[in-house]
Amino acid sequence: MNHDYQYTPKNGFSKWLDKRLPLMRFADENLLSFPTPKNLNYFYTFGFILTMCLVTQIITGIVLAMHYVPNTSLAFDSIEHIMRDVNYGWLIRYMHSNGASMFFLAVFIHMFRGLYYGSYKEPREIIWILGVVIFLLMIITGFMGYVLPWGQMSFWGATVITNLVATIPVIGEPILTLLLGGYSVDNPTLNRFFSLHYLLPFVIFGVVILHIWALHVTGNNNPTGIEVKDSKDTISFHPYYTVKDLFAYVVFLLMFCYFIFYNPNILGHPDNYIEADPMLTPAHIVPEWYLLPFYAILRAVPDKLMGVLLMFGSIVVLFFLPWLDTMKVKSARYRPLYKIFFLFFVIFCLLLGYLGAKPPEGIYLFLSRVSTIYYFAFFLVIMPILSRIEKPSPMPIGISNPAINSSSDSGGGVSGAPSYAMDSK
Amino acid sequence: MTDTNDNQDPSRRDFLYITTAVFGATGAASVAWPLIDQLNPSASVSALSSIEADISSIPEGGSMKVAWRGKPIFIRRRTKEEIELAEKEDSLNLPHPEKDLDRVKNKEWLVVVGVCTHLGCVPIADSGDFGGWFCPCHGSHYDISGRIRKGPAPTNLEIPPYEFVNENIIKIG
Repeated sequence: MNHDYQYTPKNGFSKWLDKRLPLMRFADENLLSFPTPKNLNYFYTFGFILTMCLVTQIITGIVLAMHYVPNTSLAFDSIEHIMRDVNYGWLIRYMHSNGASMFFLAVFIHMFRGLYYGSYKEPREIIWILGVVIFLLMIITGFMGYVLPWGQMSFWGATVITNLVATIPVIGEPILTLLLGGYSVDNPTLNRFFSLHYLLPFVIFGVVILHIWALHVTGNNNPTGIEVKDSKDTISFHPYYTVKDLFAYVVFLLMFCYFIFYNPNILGHPDNYIEADPMLTPAHIVPEWYLLPFYAILRAVPDKLMGVLLMFGSIVVLFFLPWLDTMKVKSARYRPLYKIFFLFFVIFCLLLGYLGAKPPEGIYLFLSRVSTIYYFAFFLVIMPILSRIEKPSPMPIGISNPAINSSSDSGGGVSGAPSYAMDSK
Repeated sequence: MTDTNDNQDPSRRDFLYITTAVFGATGAASVAWPLIDQLNPSASVSALSSIEADISSIPEGGSMKVAWRGKPIFIRRRTKEEIELAEKEDSLNLPHPEKDLDRVKNKEWLVVVGVCTHLGCVPIADSGDFGGWFCPCHGSHYDISGRIRKGPAPTNLEIPPYEFVNENIIKIG
């Protein structure tokens, strides 16, 4: 990192404060002057966008909790009360429900970004693992939040998903009863889902702090995947990336606002405006869009237990990514083969999302199976093999030095090589 | 640094460490258990685990749906033809082989938990390819004995504990 720079308190008060609680020093070193690779593109703005998504969800969620009643006989009505009677209740609820979708949209892009530029590789394994933990917590939180309005999809989604636990041999049934607080999804289930839905965002917040902490130890990866060598490769976070992040966030907000104000229910399901009825199952149970790829994997497998294992496995496998892809070259920019397999991976993930909303029969079932196989093969077969056989294309010596590195050392150029002309300063 | 008594007698110190750890762990577990067990069904939920249903009004070939533990129970008064069909199909190669006779207390009455054994949806009566129930969620077909015949569900519809209190009343649970 940039070792030349030191925070120096300027006036009497900041000197006094710096000796007691170095808050300004912390903010300065981590936010303002934090040395950041100068070549980050707009895919790198999603970290900031995601932080803002989390903040939005927490603020709107706290407000909604002031009006919502977590009781099976009142929950559905209290949502309608929020929509019709509470001042701006409709706005706050639409921000929260669409905010969840925006959160997942951003996190998917953020993860694909990491996958493309090899951001999970040494020395950033912990950042990636913490990210997967956050993703897992987001899924659990999102799922529980969807149950709270107590509509038909809430109830039956909760029934189907909690029943997955019952597939575990022997201990499955007692665990399911423990989870539900009864023999079926009912008031105790709603109560505890509400309690946990309120808690988990703060847990996510905690893990986000660890995620950013770890990021600030190693510094950012960048589109070349070549590590920063000296201060010529970096610029200060402020004003360069604060402005870039804010601009990207504003564009993101425009899309968010389109959903809130012009199409607030397009991402939901109309059946959730029918109050939950434990005696009547809707014709098609569909999870929220962001869970569809996992739902497609679940249904692609004919065996019930195997389906559940593969669905959870599809996330668990992400934890092992840093050790499945051992190729030293990080960025797909210099990996001609990986780039192609990655493209297919994105296509199959999108396809799984589409298939999750279709009935599991005929061509849909066949395609779900093909996509599921590719999903796992990408991590468990393609990545390890490519790590061994792929020949990276020629790489520049450094971030600031476009000259091609002729040595075969693919770790990222010769340090101390003369850099010329391309510096921004 | 001089040797202390503790260093000369390591087993005594180990004993203290281990005992302390065991006491600590036991204490933590005894506090954790109430926090876990409170998640289990409360007394008020368990108290509702038995209901009585009046079946006198169900005609032959008709059925009734009652709620037990928050789940639907299908009570069906089967016709002679349906009983014959169910018994005849005992000999077929069923995914989850069970004799129709083992699934009823009185041949005329079929009592099953109306929850698909796949992922917990409620199957629709009088539909599907086998004259019984059809689950709309993932396409499981059940016959007139509540046995799985086609689709992803692994087992037959569950039989709840029940008894005939008298001619007109069934007690479930």
